[in-house]
Amino acid sequence: MESLLDTLGLSQSVQLLSLSPPGWGGNLLRGLANSLQIALGAFGFGLLIGLFGAYGKLYGGPILRDLLAIYTTVIRAVPELVLILILYYVGSDLINQASVAMGYGRVEISGVVAGIWVLGVVQGAYSTEVLRGAIQAIPPGQLEAARAFGMPPLMTLRRVTIPAMMSFATPGLANLWLIATKDTALLAIVGFSELTLETRQAAGSTRAYFTFFLAAGALYLIVTLFSGAIFARIEKWARRGQPSLKEGNR
Amino acid sequence: MAIVVENLHKSFGALEVLKGVSLSARKGDVVAIIGGSGSGKSTMLRCINFLETPSSGKIVVAGEEIAMRADGSPADRRQIERIRTRLGMVFQAFNLWTHRTLLENVIEVPVYVLKTPRAEAIARARVLLDRVGLADKADTFPAFLSGGQQQRAAIARALAVDPSVMLFDEPTSALDPELVGEVLTVIRDLAAEGRTMLLVTHEMKFAREVANHVVYLFEGQIEEQGPPDQLFGAPKSARLKQFLQTVG
Repeated sequence: MESLLDTLGLSQSVQLLSLSPPGWGGNLLRGLANSLQIALGAFGFGLLIGLFGAYGKLYGGPILRDLLAIYTTVIRAVPELVLILILYYVGSDLINQASVAMGYGRVEISGVVAGIWVLGVVQGAYSTEVLRGAIQAIPPGQLEAARAFGMPPLMTLRRVTIPAMMSFATPGLANLWLIATKDTALLAIVGFSELTLETRQAAGSTRAYFTFFLAAGALYLIVTLFSGAIFARIEKWARRGQPSLKEGNR
Repeated sequence: MAIVVENLHKSFGALEVLKGVSLSARKGDVVAIIGGSGSGKSTMLRCINFLETPSSGKIVVAGEEIAMRADGSPADRRQIERIRTRLGMVFQAFNLWTHRTLLENVIEVPVYVLKTPRAEAIARARVLLDRVGLADKADTFPAFLSGGQQQRAAIARALAVDPSVMLFDEPTSALDPELVGEVLTVIRDLAAEGRTMLLVTHEMKFAREVANHVVYLFEGQIEEQGPPDQLFGAPKSARLKQFLQTVG
């Protein structure tokens, strides 16, 4: 094994990527864990905003609808990198000002919370549109049936609207999740040690740029492949009860 | 009185669809509502459970008057929700929940809205599905069934709440002709067992056979009403005569 690695000239790369120091593999995995934590949190927070946003846009009053239109337009118009800088610094500044005003002094803002808040606000705008489209795609008769049998609005949301829209929303949400995993890399700019920043540090310290960025790329790819498998299962579940679109296949 | 509708008005913008309709049904009555397209018969039925908001009027279900605001919308959401569970509705387009199997469709309202114990609801749902001839399809999703089967399942869903009144909104209009019979058979059985029903329909022969009272609507008003033999056998109104001739 070792002689094989030697002949291929890879033994040095293996050493660099080993999980314990002096290898940097552990740092990369910690970075990946941070990235996934933020991506999950932001995706979930975004879904929550999206559900409220979609409901507000579909059923809200004129003022709420206008506010939501401004939110989705602005967020989707401004480059994410710029948004992250704005939301991160404005957000932490506002919290600090509020904290000082209340006499607590400056507070240290956790990178994870800040990352989830920043990316969640961005994801929320896209989620709003994905979920709005999915809710509109539900055959109106299904919601009418819920109403006709006396289902209260929140129960209708939980028992009819959400399950019925899932099949329409899943492909769009899978996209959003993958974007969330990769957008975490943008948080490197505010100094959050997610996978990309850890990789840059490892590469910078060892000058082995190719090795580390290739390794990081492989990690992002693995996340994508796993996500694909999970979303395929979710979609299969969400589409239960719908005939396959393939010919001669029920 | 199972249902009393008094002086019901409904406008969509400038278009007045119902111009003061009154009608009542005693327990066990089967009232058929007939009329041409655009006569307001579906709108009238949908106003009874407030799927359409009436413009004005009075609706009493099983002795309880539905509280209305000045604009006709229900004043008390809980009251209208409670009354809706007493009105089993069957739609023209079935409107089964496509992400649930037939059994899940039938137990949905008893379990989640009426809080019936699940095991009890399932046992009852199986009896109802058996009754409409779908016992072997309990675990099938609606999309894999014919229209007639879906409509029979929808009737089982409406029966699952043991409604005081059943509302049928053109239950056979979306069906292929050869599937109409199986649905009518189920409705006929329900009439025979004394279910109170309001039935909006295009099936004149069927209306004559099962109804004990027929209402003919023309342009949002009741043009003529009475026992089926009188209405179909000796119509007084010229419009009704002409309508019966066109529908054959």
